[in-house]
Amino acid sequence: MSDPVTQDPVTQDPASRDLSIHDLVEDLARSLTPVRRLPGPGRRTLVWSGAVLTVGLLLVPMSDVSGLRARLGVPDLHWAALGAILTAIAAALAAFQSSVPGRSAAWSWLPLPPLVLWLGASGLGCLRGWLAPAANLAEPEEMRGCFVFLMGVSLPLSVLLVLMLRRACPLRPNLTAALGGLAAAAAAAALLVPFHPHDATATDLLVHLVAVLIVVGLNSLFGGRLLDRNAGPRGRPVTGSIRKAND
Amino acid sequence: MPVRSAALSGEAALSAAMQAAQVGDAAAYRALLRDCLPVISAMARAKGVQGAALDDVVQDTLLTLHRARATYDPARPFLPWLRAITQRRAIDALRRKGRRPQEVHEPLGYEARADDGPGPGDDLERRERAAILAAAVAHLPEGQREAIEHIALRELSLDETSTLTRRTKGALKVNFHRGLKALRVSLSSRKEDTDV
Repeated sequence: MSDPVTQDPVTQDPASRDLSIHDLVEDLARSLTPVRRLPGPGRRTLVWSGAVLTVGLLLVPMSDVSGLRARLGVPDLHWAALGAILTAIAAALAAFQSSVPGRSAAWSWLPLPPLVLWLGASGLGCLRGWLAPAANLAEPEEMRGCFVFLMGVSLPLSVLLVLMLRRACPLRPNLTAALGGLAAAAAAAALLVPFHPHDATATDLLVHLVAVLIVVGLNSLFGGRLLDRNAGPRGRPVTGSIRKAND
Repeated sequence: MPVRSAALSGEAALSAAMQAAQVGDAAAYRALLRDCLPVISAMARAKGVQGAALDDVVQDTLLTLHRARATYDPARPFLPWLRAITQRRAIDALRRKGRRPQEVHEPLGYEARADDGPGPGDDLERRERAAILAAAVAHLPEGQREAIEHIALRELSLDETSTLTRRTKGALKVNFHRGLKALRVSLSSRKEDTDV
């Protein structure tokens, strides 16, 4: 007997179509297993932020703490750091909210204000090149280091976030994955602050922006597919969907 | 209101059944899914899904509901949660349909397909409706008729109507609203008559 889920409904008469849907209901009910209710998006954001903080603490021995104190004295640098931290938290919360069905789509806009603060304050730093020509500007090698750091830290943070998001049910996987990518990239940029041996410049901002865009792009490309577990190859339920749905 | 309380109790029952399903109560889950079938169909139809695609959407929604059952928070109502899943699956189905080539390789099916365009009697019906409306407007008192004809049917502004009819704007507004009310009464009573 063919699988009722994969049969083409067009070729079925209404009675057998009803039958196949009732078969599906029966299959789902029979394969029901108890599930642990997922904690709310707020609590899950806290867990992820905790993981980011742990990574930050692990990196402390390698950081330049005295230089950090001096750099945070510069207003636009500490605004940029604050913006990056807030963007990471807001984007993670928005990603977790978007992974739960029925939550407002407006949550997706939450990271926008801190993102503006982060990019705006970083952009202001670019003016320093003209205002204070003697400021410590970055060398190309240092730029490469920043880029590698951003990508290297973003990757595990993205993986962790996607794994956490997969436990929920993102109905718009690409949006959720892109928000997750933004959260990971912003967290990586915030963690970069203690290692940044120079002030912000236009090229520096560009490197950060490119890294953020790459992380967000990679996340929406691969994370979106990883999160969209419900669809078959052509977006139709496939054989064994019920087993997959139970995973 | 009895309807509202029935809806609320339905919502509460669905929410309770989903909670039971989360702890593994298969009987409650089976009953919940069966109760959801017409709701999912109606929600998908409201999104514009028709015909055989409707069954696809119902199936997809059931599978997604099954996978997402851990995300349901009993502190929140059940139906918005279900609606979010159904609407997303309906949008997916509509997109798939949009991507699929529209060529037809079944001459019989093509010939027998009902036309989406207006039916043969539509024009007659429209004319009849216009005649009924014109008769109802003609029966209105003079002031109300003028206000309705100029403001609603000819879409003139209050100022233009005021200069045309030499009435104040306040009087026109009063006549317009009274006219609308009278039309509503006469047209709805007529509809009830024809329905019976």
